[in-house]
Amino acid sequence: MTDLPVTQEQMTCIICPMGCSMEVLIEHNGLDKKVLSVRDNGCPRGEQYAYKEVSHPTRTLTTTVAVRNGEVPLVPVKTSSEIPKHLLFNAMEILRRAAVEAPVECGQVILKDILGTAVSVVACSDVGKK
Amino acid sequence: MKQDFCYDIIIIGGGPAGLAAACAAREQGVERIVIIERDLHLGGILQQCIHNGFGLHHFGEELTGPEYALRFITKVKELGIEYKTDTIVLDISVGEKNCFNERQKAVTVLSVKEGLQQLQTNALILAMGCRERTRGALVIPGTRPAGIFTAGAVQRFVNMEGYLPGKKIVILGSGDIGLIMARRLTLEGAEVKLICELMSFSAGLTRNIVQCVENFNIPLKFNHTITKIHGKDRVEGVTVSRVDAHRKIIEGSDEFVECDTLLLSVGLIPENELSVSCGIALDAATSGPVVNERMQTSIEGVFACGNAVHVHDLVDFVTEESIRSGKSAALYVQKNIQSAVLRIPVRSGNRVRYTIPQFVDSLDQPFKILFRTADEYRNVNICAYSNNKKIKAVKKKIVRPGEMLSFEITDADLIKIQHDITVAIELPEEDVD
Repeated sequence: MTDLPVTQEQMTCIICPMGCSMEVLIEHNGLDKKVLSVRDNGCPRGEQYAYKEVSHPTRTLTTTVAVRNGEVPLVPVKTSSEIPKHLLFNAMEILRRAAVEAPVECGQVILKDILGTAVSVVACSDVGKK
Repeated sequence: MKQDFCYDIIIIGGGPAGLAAACAAREQGVERIVIIERDLHLGGILQQCIHNGFGLHHFGEELTGPEYALRFITKVKELGIEYKTDTIVLDISVGEKNCFNERQKAVTVLSVKEGLQQLQTNALILAMGCRERTRGALVIPGTRPAGIFTAGAVQRFVNMEGYLPGKKIVILGSGDIGLIMARRLTLEGAEVKLICELMSFSAGLTRNIVQCVENFNIPLKFNHTITKIHGKDRVEGVTVSRVDAHRKIIEGSDEFVECDTLLLSVGLIPENELSVSCGIALDAATSGPVVNERMQTSIEGVFACGNAVHVHDLVDFVTEESIRSGKSAALYVQKNIQSAVLRIPVRSGNRVRYTIPQFVDSLDQPFKILFRTADEYRNVNICAYSNNKKIKAVKKKIVRPGEMLSFEITDADLIKIQHDITVAIELPEEDVD
């Protein structure tokens, strides 16, 4: 057993609007961080969030994509599941250049496997033809 | 003007409140329902809220605003509920009681497609939502250049119309819309130079401070406000000043921040010009209609729900309240609401800013009192009194003005209620029990 440095940090859970303030014990192995324990989380999802947020934070990205020949110029989109947080701006760069032909249906895949994450970008609304 | 349109229930507003109320009323068996919406599409403000986090309470999953709206729009269509979009309500008038003891209501609407029409109805549901406070309401000194927007207006430009309103942004106010727009504008390539908040805390959800502001390293200053706007044709910058505990500007704390755009996220006001015009009583604390436990306003047969009544934190709560309002309107139409009214006042006691409902008309079934506190307090007892007797107390670790609280009045509590109800927040040192 090695004695790695351990810190206690305050984290706010962002999973739901409750926004629980949690006490998290983190073990530092060089730049690698690992959660040892979580306290004051209102539900199990808070604990899961803390583990993930410390080692490999992820987020769902929501933005818009241009629609060609649509009744409105944009369709709201989201990543179908979470992608690594550090890829958010790269994903925005790709989606800024993307365009889709109307009609668009809610749930339709706009882009498959964004940035090699195996996550799709899907439409969040219906857009009819002009 | 055409006048031969008769309905059981007319719903003003096709946003989340109006849609949920319409579905609930139809599911109670009411036939002739129409929703009036002034925008081109149903869904209201949810259509521009493209971020996720909606629906955890109502649907048990996380949805974006447009997805949440689409679920209800689909339901409205499946239930065959009539709706008129691109149609604005000009006037509501409430008539005298007829021989059936019904008070007919007339709604004057205008649209390009159908012209001016008068619609008759038995019941009315007010679901107009709210609007943003503007610069005029704040009276910020300085010039009047282009580039000053409310946060919601920018949300519509960016998310629905595809325009980025500026490159260097300062946001005044830390309400949820401001925080969400800080993240959105950052992702779209703008630089959010500062968010300043007059108070020592944010009116927004803590999760939004974390995921929209801290995660993107956006500077956020509490106890700061904007004291001057600079620029002739376009905003060139703002003067930011620190305030003391009494919100007084501290001399010599001025700082110039260069920017081309100023966003205001400084609060929402329920939209009630129509309610006022037909004589519905408003609550000065909420700026919305005074309602009873069934969401009926001061005029019999006129119901209200959603942000037109009071500004909600979550759309899920709007849905819950609107379902109640829709059901009540249906019961009214079907003459299943007792006309006897108790008018038991629900009062805001110590540290409580307002309550919904403001009065109770029947003690037949359990109900919920929603309320907001005046400030942030820790380790409190939330208490209800009736006839100067404490009828209920619930402990809570922390209460904040930004978080709506609810208090259940159960069957056991109902029998203890006499003459009045007062909801109060009590601090530990005051506890005498």
